[in-house]
Amino acid sequence: MRREGSAFQGLGVVMLKELSDHLTSVRMRVLEWLVVLVALAALYGAIQQIKDTTAEDPFLFLRLFTTSRDPLPSFVSFLSFLVPLMAIGLGFDSVNSEHNRRTLSRILAQPIYRDALLFGKFLAGLVTLSISLITLWLLVIGLGLLLIGVPPGAEEIARSFVFLVVTIIYAGVWLALALLFSILFRSAATAALVTLGIWLFFTFIWPVLAGAVAQIIVPPDPRYAALGLQTPGTAVLEQILARLSPSTLFAETVVALLDPTTRALGPIYLSQLQGAVLGSPLPLGESVLIAWPQIVGMIASAIVLFVIGYVVFQRQEVRA
Amino acid sequence: MSGDLVIEAKGLTKNYGRAAAVDHISFTVDRGEIFGLLGPNGAGKTTTILMLLGLTDISDGEVSVLGFNPAREPLSVKRRVGYLPDTVGFYDQLTAADNLRYTARLIGFKANEREKRIMNALDRVGLFEFADKRVGTFSRGMRQRLGLAEILMKGAQVAILDEPTSGLDPHATAELLGVIRTFKAEGVSVLLSSHLLDRVQSVCDRVALFSGGHIALMGSVPDLGRQVLGGGYVVDIEADGAGLAERLALIPGVSGVETTGIGKVRLHADRDVRPEAAAEVVAMHGRLKYLGVQEPSLEAIYTRYFEARPDEVMKEGTRHAA
Repeated sequence: MRREGSAFQGLGVVMLKELSDHLTSVRMRVLEWLVVLVALAALYGAIQQIKDTTAEDPFLFLRLFTTSRDPLPSFVSFLSFLVPLMAIGLGFDSVNSEHNRRTLSRILAQPIYRDALLFGKFLAGLVTLSISLITLWLLVIGLGLLLIGVPPGAEEIARSFVFLVVTIIYAGVWLALALLFSILFRSAATAALVTLGIWLFFTFIWPVLAGAVAQIIVPPDPRYAALGLQTPGTAVLEQILARLSPSTLFAETVVALLDPTTRALGPIYLSQLQGAVLGSPLPLGESVLIAWPQIVGMIASAIVLFVIGYVVFQRQEVRA
Repeated sequence: MSGDLVIEAKGLTKNYGRAAAVDHISFTVDRGEIFGLLGPNGAGKTTTILMLLGLTDISDGEVSVLGFNPAREPLSVKRRVGYLPDTVGFYDQLTAADNLRYTARLIGFKANEREKRIMNALDRVGLFEFADKRVGTFSRGMRQRLGLAEILMKGAQVAILDEPTSGLDPHATAELLGVIRTFKAEGVSVLLSSHLLDRVQSVCDRVALFSGGHIALMGSVPDLGRQVLGGGYVVDIEADGAGLAERLALIPGVSGVETTGIGKVRLHADRDVRPEAAAEVVAMHGRLKYLGVQEPSLEAIYTRYFEARPDEVMKEGTRHAA
């Protein structure tokens, strides 16, 4: 049985309306200022640090993103912390608020499918996040130019641009999660708390837990322990478990992209290092290739989360 | 199918798990008719409406709205049918006109047509001067009227209104019913649901009484009255005069006489015997103070019908409200 007409009829209208809601909302303004101020503080710290310890670094500009100066964490760590917060802030009440305002049945009684409403909401959230992140990215590059005074090379711009795209994808993962819970829970407060709980769990608790779980499943070999080394089996399992968290995937991708000398993510054997010129940078393509599984993993989890939400939303009763 | 039927439902059924919320109901709505779905909360009225709009799956049966199947061709149905949900909601931070603009864009009206339609619609429901006010400041009655404005703007051929008058004060209700009557005048069919019987009675051409997922009774209010209340007329008379009751009992067609108070008599008859009764009182030089025939009220029909079938009412009591 084929449905009549296009599933995307009305998509543009819904997206533009949601986008204008986002951009004019107080919530968005607060989040934007939070991100900008915090990022500027991190950037300032990084620039001070770079000025103090300038060495012959071919990728000075990329250091802007990753260098930290106590007590502030680096720009990247701030971003990996704040981007999910922003995404959750935009998404946690997108569907349940329509229920609670009792606008859902009225809107769905117009000639559009539910698909358009959900896609429109997701896209509007993603576009809003992209606008903020692009602005932030341009701000960082501009300030870097002004304060360091060294123009970035093409390679550095390319790398930081890929980093921007990856950050948007990472935001998409959390946006999809927030959207899913806004469909599952009628109460916006419940949806927000659950989404934030999951984010806290995957960002702070899971990395620690992954190590513990790995040690239970594959107990460390005392011979390795005697040498002060990690047992390979345990280390590999720990990494596999840790990579279930989008935060880990993002962190690994960022390391590969912003530090061109990264040759592998995770444990490597000495045999694999044979013939490698340690400390020499890889070309951008190679770096992207190293992080490719992580990037695909993030895209896939965003899609899976969205699809679950989509299926639930299609089957949900519209009555309040 | 006759060309004048806008809604045709046959054996329409909706199951939630094993319980049937709507159980094999059939009804038709003609062009330009106001059809009322009446019944207590949880009787299946809203579910029926959602099935007509294709907003919920149909478990069994057939339904056609303006010749389209809502399950297969929901866009064609929703383009032609206006819907006012139970306690309609709008985006509070937007103005009345902006809310309608969003809907108009979703429907796909062109920009110049959009503004004309919106302003016309707001004017007709008396919200023109509130077009640029935020809906957050609107009273409940104004929101309901804005909901009707949306249907007017859409140019719908069928208006489906779910509990349009619930929670409104008498003045707001009267205004709303006034707008609903203008729908009929324009040949728009109206399907409205309500649990407030007496208010709905005044606008509906035909009604269907819902009970526990079934249509218990269907027809025009006077028809139902005859069907349920025994087809008789009840005439109340208040007059002075000795032996009044005895003389009135002799009027042809009167089947029973009750004395309901001092000088008060109630006649049961198979036709309207008011003229004869008045003539009798005058003939015996009595002073006629009151003479009235009881119109069959939906309330009375409803109560009488379910008094006769207490088991159905019991069954309903266990059903949770919608």
